Amino acid sequence: MEYTEQVMDHFMNPRNMGDMEDASGVGTVGNAKCGDIMRIYIKVENDVITDVKFKTFGCGAAIATSSKATEIVKGMTLEQAEQVTNKMVMEALGGLPPVKVHCSVLAEEALHAAIQDYRAKLEKGEAPEAEEEEVRYV
Amino acid sequence: MKVYMDNGATTRVTEPVYAAMQPYFCEIFGNPSSVHGFGREARKAVEAARAQVAKAIGAEPREIYFTGCGTESDNWALRGAAYANAKKGRHIITTNIEHHAVLHTCRQLEKEGFEVTYLPVDSYGLVTPEQLEAAMRPDTVLVSVMYANNEVGTIEPIPELAAVAKRHGALFHTDAVQAVGHVEIDVKAQNIDMLSLSGHKFHAPKGIGALYVRHGVRLQRLMEGGAQERGQRPGTENLAGIVGLGKAIELATGDIPARAAKMAAIRDHMIERIMNEIPHVQLNGHPTRRMCGNVNVSFYFIESESVLLHLDLRGVAASSGSACTSGSLDPSHVLLAIGVSHEHANGSIRLSLSDENTMEEADYVVDCLVETVAKLRAMSPLYEDFLKGVETVGTDD
Repeated sequence: MEYTEQVMDHFMNPRNMGDMEDASGVGTVGNAKCGDIMRIYIKVENDVITDVKFKTFGCGAAIATSSKATEIVKGMTLEQAEQVTNKMVMEALGGLPPVKVHCSVLAEEALHAAIQDYRAKLEKGEAPEAEEEEVRYV
Repeated sequence: MKVYMDNGATTRVTEPVYAAMQPYFCEIFGNPSSVHGFGREARKAVEAARAQVAKAIGAEPREIYFTGCGTESDNWALRGAAYANAKKGRHIITTNIEHHAVLHTCRQLEKEGFEVTYLPVDSYGLVTPEQLEAAMRPDTVLVSVMYANNEVGTIEPIPELAAVAKRHGALFHTDAVQAVGHVEIDVKAQNIDMLSLSGHKFHAPKGIGALYVRHGVRLQRLMEGGAQERGQRPGTENLAGIVGLGKAIELATGDIPARAAKMAAIRDHMIERIMNEIPHVQLNGHPTRRMCGNVNVSFYFIESESVLLHLDLRGVAASSGSACTSGSLDPSHVLLAIGVSHEHANGSIRLSLSDENTMEEADYVVDCLVETVAKLRAMSPLYEDFLKGVETVGTDD
C-alpha cells in the first residue's frame, strides 16, 4: 500500500493539530474498536470558521485526512464548510488507497458533526460566539 | 540508521546461502529427473539438501518433501491427511491462533464435510495437553498445532501435545515455520508425524519450503503430474532454492542455544526498555515461553499503522497484526484469541529479530518508539480524554 506525497506530508506535519478550550463546536466520530476516532474543534465568528483544530486516533490516512480537512475549511463560512465532502479532501491529498477511503468519510463526518454541535448550541442559546476574542485587539 | 526488524515476515538471504546457490543457475542447471550428467549433478545437489533438512530436524532424508512454501506444506499436510484418513474418521483438532494457511484450510475442510475443533488458548497464547486430551474423540484423525506463534511468539508444548495425539492414534502435524532455526526440534523424540517449514524465515530465499512426513504416514497428494518427490509432489524441483534451503537450515540449526540466547538477550532488553520508558503499554504473548526474536506490544491510545509509518521514516522496519494494514477492520485473530481488546489490538506492533540484529539497533528502535508514541499520543483524542478522566464518545462505523 502506497500513500501519496501529500498524504505523507500531512501525516508527518499535521496542520492545525491540537485541542481548543473555547471551541464553538466539537465533533467526535468513529470508535476505538474500529481503529479510527477523529475530533474536530471549530471556532466560529460571524458564521465564519476562524480557527479549527483536530485530534485523531488512527492510521496514516486518518491523520492526513483530518489535517487536510481542517486546512480546507479554515476561513470558510459555515455554509461553505457544509459543502465540503470526503471526495474533496481525498482529491486534495492526491487520492487514497481504496481501503482507506473510509478515513476521508470520517473527516467529513467529524467536520459536519462539529458544525452541527455549534448550530445546536446556538439554538439552545449557549453559542459561545467568541466576541471577547476581538477585545484583545482593541 | 536502517534497521530491519521484520524477520517474522521474511529474512534476508545471507551471503553463504547465496554463494551456495549461485552455481545452480548458470552452471549446474540440469533437470534432476534427467538421466544424463547434467541431471545427475542436479539430483546430487537436491539429495544433499534433503539430507541437510532431515538432519536439522532429526528426520530421515526420505521423509523430507520439498514444496513451494510453508503454506503449501500446511495445505498438503492437512488436506492430504484428512483425505487419506476420511474413512477412519473425519474429526480434526487445531487451535484458534494458527496461521491462516492452517485456519483457512480447516475452514475449507469443514465445507467438505470434515469436523474441526478449534481449541482456545489462554491469555499467553498457550494450549495445554489437558485441553487436547479432553477434545480427542474416537474419530479424531488429525491434530495440528503450530510450534510457535507468528504474531505473539508463544512456543506451544509440542512434545506433550504430540504425545496425546499419539496415545489416541491420531496424526500430529505442526506448522513450525516460525520455529525452525530458533527452537530445537527433533521430530522423532517429539513424536511429530508431519512438520511444515519455510526457507525464507531462516535466510533461505522465498519460494522454497518443505514438509516432513514420518515414514509410513500416508498422505493424499494434491497435484497430479510427474514422479518428483517420490511421486507425491510433482513439478520440476526448484533446484537453486532447494540448495539454498539446505545450506540455510544447516546454518540456522548449527548452534541454536547460543544464537537463541544472544537474540533473547536483545529481545528482553527491548521489552524491558519499552515497558520502563513508555507508559500505558502491554506485552502480548508469554513472558518466557517466547520465540527468542519476538517482541509484540500494544501501545494504548494510538494506532499501529501510524507507528509503523513513523518507524519506516526513521529507517526501521516492523509490522503489526492490526486492521489497517490488512485492509480489513478486524484486528488480528491471534490478539483477540488471547483476550486483547479490539482497541489495544489496534495499537499493537511486532518487532521480530534475526540473529543479525544488534543491541545498538535495538536501542535505536526503542528510542524511535519512545518519540513516536509520544508524538502520536499528543494528537490522540483517546489520550486527551484519558488524561481528563472522561470516556470518549464517538459514533459507530
